[in-house]
Amino acid sequence: MEKFRSHTGRIAPLRRSNVDTDQIIPAVYLKRVARTGFEDGLFAAWRAKEPDFVLNRPEYAAASVLVAGSDFGTGSSREHAVWALLDYGFRVVISSRYGDIFRGNSLKAGLLTVVLDQTTVEELWRYAESDPAAEITVDLEARTIRAGDLVTSFDIDDYARWRLLQGLDDISVTEQHTDDIAAFEARRPEWMPVTS
Amino acid sequence: MGSTLAEKVWDAHVVLRRENEPDLIYVDLHLVHEVTSPQAFEGLRLTGRTVRRPELTIATEDHNVPTEDIDLPIADEVSRIQVETLRRNCAEFGIRLYPMGDRDQGIVHVIGPQLGLTQPGMTVVCGDSHTSTHGAFGALAFGIGTSEVEHVFATQTLRLRPFKTMAVNVTGTLQPGVTAKDIILAVIAQIGTGGGQGYVIEYRGPAIEVLSMEARMTVCNMSIEAGARAGVIGPDDTTFDFLAGRQHAPADWETAVQHWRTLRTDDDAVYDAEVHLDADELTPFVTWGTNPGQGSTLDGTVPEPESFDDPGDRASAEQALAYMDLRAGTPLREIAVDTVFLGSCTNGRIEDLRAAAAVLRGRHVDANVRMLVVPGSMQVKEQAEAEGLDRVFVDAGAQWRSAGCSMCLGMNPDQLSVGERSASTSNRNFEGRQGKGGRTHLVSPLVAAATAVRGTLSAPSDLED
Repeated sequence: MEKFRSHTGRIAPLRRSNVDTDQIIPAVYLKRVARTGFEDGLFAAWRAKEPDFVLNRPEYAAASVLVAGSDFGTGSSREHAVWALLDYGFRVVISSRYGDIFRGNSLKAGLLTVVLDQTTVEELWRYAESDPAAEITVDLEARTIRAGDLVTSFDIDDYARWRLLQGLDDISVTEQHTDDIAAFEARRPEWMPVTS
Repeated sequence: MGSTLAEKVWDAHVVLRRENEPDLIYVDLHLVHEVTSPQAFEGLRLTGRTVRRPELTIATEDHNVPTEDIDLPIADEVSRIQVETLRRNCAEFGIRLYPMGDRDQGIVHVIGPQLGLTQPGMTVVCGDSHTSTHGAFGALAFGIGTSEVEHVFATQTLRLRPFKTMAVNVTGTLQPGVTAKDIILAVIAQIGTGGGQGYVIEYRGPAIEVLSMEARMTVCNMSIEAGARAGVIGPDDTTFDFLAGRQHAPADWETAVQHWRTLRTDDDAVYDAEVHLDADELTPFVTWGTNPGQGSTLDGTVPEPESFDDPGDRASAEQALAYMDLRAGTPLREIAVDTVFLGSCTNGRIEDLRAAAAVLRGRHVDANVRMLVVPGSMQVKEQAEAEGLDRVFVDAGAQWRSAGCSMCLGMNPDQLSVGERSASTSNRNFEGRQGKGGRTHLVSPLVAAATAVRGTLSAPSDLED
């Protein structure tokens, strides 16, 4: 995973709440076995049928920070939703609330999901709508965002932040505890089920 | 202070706990299917890793599989490649696979309990959000993403912060015609699609205790639709009776049951949140919108978006009515459907098929409606055929299919077309979920069957004129 310290870029304002992962990437795009190339599936239905959908507007073509309404990424566990956002060019999502599985997936795959209150989200929407070329800086090290005159801090799980800053692969961290895992396994009751 | 059931199961699985770090949690059972696993297997190959405990892992083919002509190769090339990839991966990494056509094949959340692999007090994970289903057995079961699937393959563990706990207390008694599906749809409408975020929900109270295992699975299955990480129900004699004699039931049965009986929330345990629901007051529930929280009793009407105080909810309702092509004020019973889907990990079990068949017996599906009946597993199919339920469905004009996820998410050929409207016993009414441009109303198996007969959203009581 790439290290994430700070990111500066333009905002795409997505004025919708309850954006489930079926909307982020419809199931038909999940049939692939590759790990990359999911950008064509991102918000595929809305991009196809709504000419003024935010990602269809040329002024937001270069955006790399998605600012969405509450409960972003609810529903299906598909990590493809995170891959589609990354493949399309987003590095950060900002919302007041997220689906838990989507949030976990994003932080593991290197997409920074920032929680800000709805009032700040709306300020960012107005900021990006009044000047689509205006930039935002999301500083994970300092846990702050800066967008014009708006400066605010955000909370993030210490461990998730450390992993993102270091660009660490979770599995290699856990493999340092193989002895603990083996010790736990030695204590498991023998009657517990095995599949083979 | 005592502990809740979910806390007891969590604490019993902590491999490593260190300050300021997530716990390292052991996984007792890892369920795998073709959609969320290929990139995880590829990750193992790229790093030279293996599956640490293949004997705690099973795989099935469910999301992509056709429900007709299953003896032929899958016609959709992309789907076929994904299924073939799973077969190759399972062979390479030594994982037991239940392929299309196998007697034990089916939806991953139907076959785990059916094989007796899902047992009280276990941790169960799968790259699928409806893993919460297995919580019906008093297991801590939750969906994970593909990065975590790879982590479980390699280490048999996950790094997680403990979940918060919520009790949903359901008192009273369900009236005839009201089911577990109506309980969970009512819970979601009450707490919202985000109400359970960060929580494991424990369903308890007299109305839960009398539910069968199938009904408990329906309730726990849709915990994710309330935003929760997991749903759990305290194991009891109903649970143990279901497990007794199954293929993977413990050989040392008495020891296991003795342990399972300790898996109860202590009387002095405190939940982080509590919600109450009165089963006496429940009536059949249906959704009118495009998320599972946008539901109402069947007696109601399509709501006015202006009736929602929250601006986000109002905007969501407006968008939902436009997508669903519904006018505020329309009685829900007047909404005509094109398709009825009976199946899925929510309502594709034998009891669901029996309930729908009892409504359809001696009746006929409306001429303007197609009805698909898709058993949750090949064993459910076999059982239903042994009971003659397939004849009831076919005689009523419904289509009798083979097992799979089918029209719940339309990754196989069973899809809605643009503008087509369904009454569906599945779990998600999201835009395009059952096919691009399709419109979904979530219902119970009883409402599905009655709707198929009348052609408009209906309860069985509407048929008794």
